[in-house]
Amino acid sequence: MLYAAGVDVGSTQTKAVVIDRERRIVGRALISTGANVTTAAQEAFAQSVAAAGVAASEVGYVVGTGYGRYKVTFGDTQVTEISCHARGAAQMFPGTRTVLDMGGQDTKAIRVNERGEVLDFCMNDKCAAGTGRFLQAAAFALEIPLDELGRLALGANKPVQISTTCTVFAESEVLSWLSRGRKAEDILMGVHRSIATRSMALLRRVGIENEVSFTGGVARNPCMVEVLDKALGLRMNVSEESHFMGAMGAALFALDHVIGAALSNPFLPGRAAEYPPTSQHS
Amino acid sequence: MEATQPASEATVEQQILGRGAREGAGLLRNWYARLDAAARASEPAAYVFVMGSMAEILRVFDFHLVFPEVNSLQTAIRKVSGEYLNEAEDYGYSADICAYVKADVAVQLRGGKHPNGLIPRPTLAVLTNACNTYIKWAEIWERLYHTPAFVIDVPGPRHSGWTNQPGSEDFERDRCYVEAQLRELIVLCERVTGRRFDIDRLREVLAEANATGRVWREMVDLNRSRPAPFNAVGDGTVYLGVMNALRATPEGTRYFERVVEELRYKVEHGLGSMPKEEFRLCFVGVPCYPIFRRFNELFTEHNGNFVTSTYMMFASGGQNVHFEYDLTRPLESLAEGVLLTVRTAMFGMFFTDQLLAEMIEPFQLDGVVYHAVKSCRTVSTGLADTRRSVMARYDIPSLHIESDLVDKRVVAEAPMKNRTDAFFEALAGRRLRAA
Repeated sequence: MLYAAGVDVGSTQTKAVVIDRERRIVGRALISTGANVTTAAQEAFAQSVAAAGVAASEVGYVVGTGYGRYKVTFGDTQVTEISCHARGAAQMFPGTRTVLDMGGQDTKAIRVNERGEVLDFCMNDKCAAGTGRFLQAAAFALEIPLDELGRLALGANKPVQISTTCTVFAESEVLSWLSRGRKAEDILMGVHRSIATRSMALLRRVGIENEVSFTGGVARNPCMVEVLDKALGLRMNVSEESHFMGAMGAALFALDHVIGAALSNPFLPGRAAEYPPTSQHS
Repeated sequence: MEATQPASEATVEQQILGRGAREGAGLLRNWYARLDAAARASEPAAYVFVMGSMAEILRVFDFHLVFPEVNSLQTAIRKVSGEYLNEAEDYGYSADICAYVKADVAVQLRGGKHPNGLIPRPTLAVLTNACNTYIKWAEIWERLYHTPAFVIDVPGPRHSGWTNQPGSEDFERDRCYVEAQLRELIVLCERVTGRRFDIDRLREVLAEANATGRVWREMVDLNRSRPAPFNAVGDGTVYLGVMNALRATPEGTRYFERVVEELRYKVEHGLGSMPKEEFRLCFVGVPCYPIFRRFNELFTEHNGNFVTSTYMMFASGGQNVHFEYDLTRPLESLAEGVLLTVRTAMFGMFFTDQLLAEMIEPFQLDGVVYHAVKSCRTVSTGLADTRRSVMARYDIPSLHIESDLVDKRVVAEAPMKNRTDAFFEALAGRRLRAA
């Protein structure tokens, strides 16, 4: 059996996914990127292969994505995370026409066609406002673990309005609200709303078309999902695998190569039947 | 007497290819050398701008033309713009002010010292309303040197789709308005130089401007060929430099004639500006000069070629307009030309969607790249709207990126590359689907 893998080297975390020919995730890994990007990519790949219970040699093709994609030195090629998130989201939710990917330092609004191919995209520029980093700054200021932010914020009664658009200044603004006696949950809801406002601006720039799929690490945050759903006036698709969507997309691109190679290999004439066309290839 | 042997194809190719870049760089070097000499000899110099330089009148009075915009971008090309910007900011100019202005302020604070030589002080400043910053910029020289600043108010496009063509009453009113201002400028030039205006000399300059404009338009149109013989950002910027510095001079006209020879040769021999032109692009905005070569490489490494640009239109002062001066009525005709070209330059910035619509088919465009710059609200405001408008009406992919024209502090290469890579992935996917 042949496998394909995608390694998404993000600014904060590195994710790796191994998929089989049925496009099922059979192994995944998530580690902190740290200072040595190549090592992080190698480690994530090794962990995902181990989790899949397969040998690295069985992985026919590896695609690197994310900011560190060119550091996936053992990979076969690179694809931007914009294309990968689009592809991953469309695989997971075939009705996807708009993707919102919120990561550590980037938020991307992507418009896709029925094949998951990018038609248009828009990103935050040279500023981390409206990204996961904004949440991280708030978590740091409030001394709350990042994973608990969303749950806490959902308990807000009187949300504050965070007016700054600068991630660094956000910390000061959070402290200023604290010193005025406001509750952490009310401040956090303000932070989530502020990020949602920035994201909505990006989404409007590419054009919002249903279905909307929310990907990236921040998609695991229940408050962010709720605030965005409300702003959009619809329910976004959110997968348990949202964090791995970039790596998943990369693995799907890798699988194209594996299948392509199998189909074009004259010594494997019977393999074509094993790889029926899917929505991505029809 | 021995018969001259015909030059071999290889020799001809060697002589012709690369001539535009080589000779253009040489001409610009010489131009800066002349400015340096003029500064040392305290000869009269007019500070002018690329959109409406009024070279036709100023050449009659033998002013040296100084283009502060070109000087500023050259500080970035020479990798020293950071020093100049810091100096202007230390002097008190905000980080949010146009970096072209600040680089020039530093040149003035340094007594005209510029990486390309000494820049003469302004005897006179002539500007149009094509850019709102021009006026505040000229006021700086007024304050520093008491330089007279002459503003020509060119009635611009009132709204999208607005046309006011020669022959109409509206146009004639606008033309008269511009002509009256040109007559005032002539009086000012006479006063500043102590010389009488010579209408016959103006006719000579206008004839030369006609020649330069004609060959410029021929050059731009040659890039409709596939593959395109030049890159509108890489080569185009050299052409723009010469066009501004030497428009309406025999030297400038001769240069563009030689460039056209080169480009024709390339077209006839199927030679493009890059080994394999896969994607034909239009560049909208002003280039990123702090990483000029690298910026272009972000596209050429994906076999994307800028075959045209709005920059070559507005930064040439609207020379894409098919208009030639009527030498039998020089001043009237000059006013008409100023009105048409400056208005077109403004139109190219403010109603880019219409300009793009006219370029998609002739240039066989595969995509449009919008480059917004922090320094220039005039050029950048509205680019996102333009992009949406063009995408809604035409099936053409586009990319919107942001950086600056001079200030490297706001140039983030990694995010820019990420977006560019994704843009080409989308272009490649689209081509695959079409196949």
